[in-house]
Amino acid sequence: MTASSQIEAAPPRSPRWSRKSRRNTFWGILFASPWLIGLALFWVGPIIASFYYSFTEFNAIKTPVFIGLTNYVDMFTKDDLFWTGVYNTLYFAVVSIPLAIITAFGLALLLNAKIRGQTFYRTVYYLPVLVPEVALALVWIYLFNPATGLINVPFDWLGIRGPCWNACPQWAKPTMVLLALWIIGNQVVLYLAGLQDVPQELNDAASVDGANAFHRFLNVTLPIMTPVIFFHLVTSVIGAFQFFTIPFIMTGGTGAPANSLMFYSILLYKNAFAYFKMGYASAMAWLMFVVILGITLVIFASARRWVYYGGVDLS
Amino acid sequence: MTTPVTEVIPKQSSATLTDAKHTLRNSLKHAVLLPAAFLFLLPFIWMLSTSLKSDAQLFTYPPVWIPNPVQFSNYPNAVNYIPFFLYLKNTLTITVFSVIGATISCSLVAYSLARIQWPGRKLLTLLTIATLMLPYQVTLIPVFLIFKRLGMVGDLRPLILPQFFGVAYYIFLLRQFFATIPMELSEAAYVDGANEFRIYWAIILPLAKPALATIAVFQFIASWRDYLGPLIYLNDQKLYTLSLGLQQYSGQYGREWGLLMAASVLFTLPVIIIFFFTQKTFVQGVTLSGIKG
Repeated sequence: MTASSQIEAAPPRSPRWSRKSRRNTFWGILFASPWLIGLALFWVGPIIASFYYSFTEFNAIKTPVFIGLTNYVDMFTKDDLFWTGVYNTLYFAVVSIPLAIITAFGLALLLNAKIRGQTFYRTVYYLPVLVPEVALALVWIYLFNPATGLINVPFDWLGIRGPCWNACPQWAKPTMVLLALWIIGNQVVLYLAGLQDVPQELNDAASVDGANAFHRFLNVTLPIMTPVIFFHLVTSVIGAFQFFTIPFIMTGGTGAPANSLMFYSILLYKNAFAYFKMGYASAMAWLMFVVILGITLVIFASARRWVYYGGVDLS
Repeated sequence: MTTPVTEVIPKQSSATLTDAKHTLRNSLKHAVLLPAAFLFLLPFIWMLSTSLKSDAQLFTYPPVWIPNPVQFSNYPNAVNYIPFFLYLKNTLTITVFSVIGATISCSLVAYSLARIQWPGRKLLTLLTIATLMLPYQVTLIPVFLIFKRLGMVGDLRPLILPQFFGVAYYIFLLRQFFATIPMELSEAAYVDGANEFRIYWAIILPLAKPALATIAVFQFIASWRDYLGPLIYLNDQKLYTLSLGLQQYSGQYGREWGLLMAASVLFTLPVIIIFFFTQKTFVQGVTLSGIKG
């Protein structure tokens, strides 16, 4: 009490530092304090620590030994598995992201019109997102069994032999791309919400001007939906690099067959928690972060050319 | 009513024409949407169907859709094959405390960011969003080492405690929601002599119930299905969660598929039930994060 009355007695340093703003600062920091502590403890501190570890040899028990850029150099020159992980992850990202965008957007377009059963469809498309990935991965192992799995039935109808799916190197990654399409419910919901924002007057005006459905899509719907596509693209780049649980379970943590499913995230996990090469794993994490950041910045820079912000409120 | 009949007739006929076109187009849409729905449901259908099969029917080819006979014995056998109820208890412990932690901490922080004018709040909001862009792998190892140093690796605390210090995504969602509540409500309470905590507790929280429910559901599902966290932090089988337990259905001859699928159904069902009851807020939550991001 005395302290505060003393401050009150002193002339105000600036009008901004009034009693009200002092009180606001107090409450603001007090309310934010769990997150201020959390941010320091679980984010800022670890980010700095991880950056330092990436320049050390560190087995989690002895103190880290500084070895300069050795981890990074080793990664590029000595670790064949690293390149396998990079290739597999980039392959997955490049093939699955466009497919996911087309599929999710396509389904949302079909659902958008006042179609009967819209809620039913939306719910059904969303369900696989909710299933614990462990359970989903295990069902898929069973469904995609090359000998007795249900997936072979349609191929039998056609009288051809189905592919060997995740049992052989040449089909394993396409199988993963296919499986990833099952979990796009979040994106379908987002596109659907975005489509509700397309002003009907614009479509009507275009119709009056003689635009057919395809032209209306190309010149009205698509531009207005570009922010949603942009959001999907940015988040799925991060998502692709973090794709872990499903391939980890389906391969029993090995990345088999022939390392064709050894994704970057699995290799990183193995280096950290199976081989206890914490320094090396931290270097892998930082490289991944920089690459994701780079790709994201390129996407952001390209946004000016193709993302249309006229119609959507970006508050 | 006074419209001449001659004008009504052509309108009607053109309407029926477009109606026919409309019906045809909708049928075509259903022709795509319905098989897609089937494909999305396939993992559930197959999970359920397999869980009701006898061992003899597990690997017949072509596979049987409807089990004959339908047998429920996989369910009691599944909960006895692994310590299912112990794992359920562990999973629930993590889930319930995480939900409590996330709801309390995130609502406090979001209140600070959305409702209090203080100098650091813009920066803190920006930092909060920035953490969403950071791949978890960067912080995974140091956070593990912190818990190791605290002697908590091997028990449930590393899977619960972080939620008490805020979850960026939920803070952001709640901030967006809190910002839509008119400031006049707070100002009126100020005049009546209420402090910030009182306003948070008596005015904002009651109004934000749907948003709080959304993040509670999100956190419940996230903790319930988490695999990587338990994989890294739990090494004592007594503390395993259901997500780790599902991998224990392997016997002499490989996986026990009937039991495994029965356990998967039991593991998945709570999530689906919660989703059905909260679907509306759920969809709003997903939408809010994307569009306003």
